[in-house]
Amino acid sequence: MSSELRLLKPGTYFMMGNIACAEAALIAGCEFYAGYPITPSNEIAEHMSRRMPQLGRHFIQMEDEIGSIVAVLGASAAGVKAMTATSGPGFSLMMETIGLSAMLELPCVIIDVQRAGPSTGIPTFVGQGDVMQARWGSHGDYELVVYAPSAVQEFFDLTIEAFNTSEWLRIPVVVLSDEVVGHMYGRLVVPEYDKIKIVNRKRYNGPKDQYLPYSCEALVPPFVAAGDGYRIHMTGLTHDERGYPSLEIEDSHKLIDRLVMKVRKNSKHLWKYETLYADDADVVVVTFGITARSTEEAVKRARAEGLKVGMIKLLTLWPFPEDPVKIASQYARRLLVAEINMGQLIHPVREVAECPVAGINYPVGYAPPPEYILDGIRAAV
Amino acid sequence: MSQKGLVIKEKIVSESPRDHLIRKERFPHIWCPGCGLGTVLKCYVEAIAASSIPEDKHVVISGIGCTGRIAGYVRLDSYHVTHGRPIAFAEGMKIVRPDLEVTVISGDGDLVTIGGNHFIHAIRRNVDINVFLVNNFIYGMTGNQMGSTTPLGAKSSTSPYGCPEPPFNLPLLAAALGAPFVARWTTLHTRQLAEAMKKAFQVKGFALIEIISPCPVGFGSYNELREGKDYIKLFLENCIVDHSADLNKAAISLRPGEPIILGNFIQREMPSYHDFELEVFKKAGWLK
Repeated sequence: MSSELRLLKPGTYFMMGNIACAEAALIAGCEFYAGYPITPSNEIAEHMSRRMPQLGRHFIQMEDEIGSIVAVLGASAAGVKAMTATSGPGFSLMMETIGLSAMLELPCVIIDVQRAGPSTGIPTFVGQGDVMQARWGSHGDYELVVYAPSAVQEFFDLTIEAFNTSEWLRIPVVVLSDEVVGHMYGRLVVPEYDKIKIVNRKRYNGPKDQYLPYSCEALVPPFVAAGDGYRIHMTGLTHDERGYPSLEIEDSHKLIDRLVMKVRKNSKHLWKYETLYADDADVVVVTFGITARSTEEAVKRARAEGLKVGMIKLLTLWPFPEDPVKIASQYARRLLVAEINMGQLIHPVREVAECPVAGINYPVGYAPPPEYILDGIRAAV
Repeated sequence: MSQKGLVIKEKIVSESPRDHLIRKERFPHIWCPGCGLGTVLKCYVEAIAASSIPEDKHVVISGIGCTGRIAGYVRLDSYHVTHGRPIAFAEGMKIVRPDLEVTVISGDGDLVTIGGNHFIHAIRRNVDINVFLVNNFIYGMTGNQMGSTTPLGAKSSTSPYGCPEPPFNLPLLAAALGAPFVARWTTLHTRQLAEAMKKAFQVKGFALIEIISPCPVGFGSYNELREGKDYIKLFLENCIVDHSADLNKAAISLRPGEPIILGNFIQREMPSYHDFELEVFKKAGWLK
């Protein structure tokens, strides 16, 4: 058997972000990939089209992004881990079905390699304009988890984490990458497999007559797949614990409450972030994705100049990591939010901050150079 | 919609041998008097009972609309998904679980208007699913708006001067895309319909049955078909069964003297998506 017919072996690699993401999905146990061509996410689909059949798994190029994510849910309903990858315009088309994933509680992973926008924008340039859409894009009340990598290693790690979280909570999970992180080559360390945590959705195998597919007994009900013999019914209509459509206020309330609370009540387990010099800083920059790389350099230069500056790199954007930002704001005089857009992540930061908050915005299709962020820091200090 | 407050005090019929395939606890259903969907449901259940495939392997997927509610009334693994998307959902499921007998039952507006793109591509790929497309010529649930199957000149709540667009000729479309099985029946032709469904389960690849179904409360109220019996008369007087019909002439106009052509038009053996995928697995080295 050639080495191609296996998962990526533990070891150190120099690899493109998008390809590291695809290899991570294979290790996480992704059995089905459906996608539609779109820049700058294409390397994920291209790599999956070669690798999935080598492992006896399924790759399909669908007719559009709507078909892609819906097919992903069909595969998930059959009990397998499934994913898609896209960029802004395709992500917009997927919004309705992200709501269906939340409502049916069918796990799936969506990779959004953000590009410059709005609309067609600049497909080959970077953007971070999908922060709010990732959280609020589908109609109605639901919650999901959004991770944001800033490096090849993080793209790999967070893709596995995305599968784990989606399986654990039975929710859609978005990895909000960006063009630079997707296309950059960087160091990747694949740990020994027994050191990689893999989560599989909890399955029900009890008596058939007692199964309640949307039981409110726990926040996350156990799953049965099509063909398991439970004769399950799933509907995007508001439903009761049996999965049947219901107009009863009590059923609606219990369902929506559970869909939201399974994320909210687990927020602290879902928050991932890293801090740098944040303990004694007068000014703390909150940032994520590729902007965090520029910010790290800017913060180090500011420290060399004697400025008391720190940073918080958010790896989880939603649910928003309130505590670290709130704590930083209790010691700092000012928080800055650096992002490649006209101000999106700044809103949840403002919501929790106890000091003034300002934005460093760079919506021009490039990662901001460290000097640009340093200028923003100097102005704030 | 069913009448609120209607209480049936007497047990009118004895248990049916197919009751275990129906979620009776969900009755009364939402369908209007004279609607053909109950007949479609019955034919589907009869076809399942007569098929050699275990009931636990049958899956039904529906979209949005009156027909979309069928998934909720059948005691099978059943999925009621977003508007226009049941075929894409079925494709994902069938590809990862080829052992399941996946059937999409949904309406014309759902499958070939908003969902038209998935319809044509699933046929082109020849994914091994069954699509039972119930055509009532209208968007019933939302209040009788015209759609891509509304005959030219037919009235609806959004075509008060008559539908200004020609409709799809669905058997011709599906045949042109290469579907291995294409049939059309009405809800009057229950035996032929159930037989066609049984055939569809056996087909390797995409099987389409267009089911012409009465909608006296919706489409009929705009087009002189106000009672279920008006539709029965229409079907009796206008339907022609011709399995080898020229599908170029199979469009439905509902004009007097122009027939509704029925039959099992296309039955052919060809490789399915599953066969194509096995070839990929061989080339990739997964299969010998």
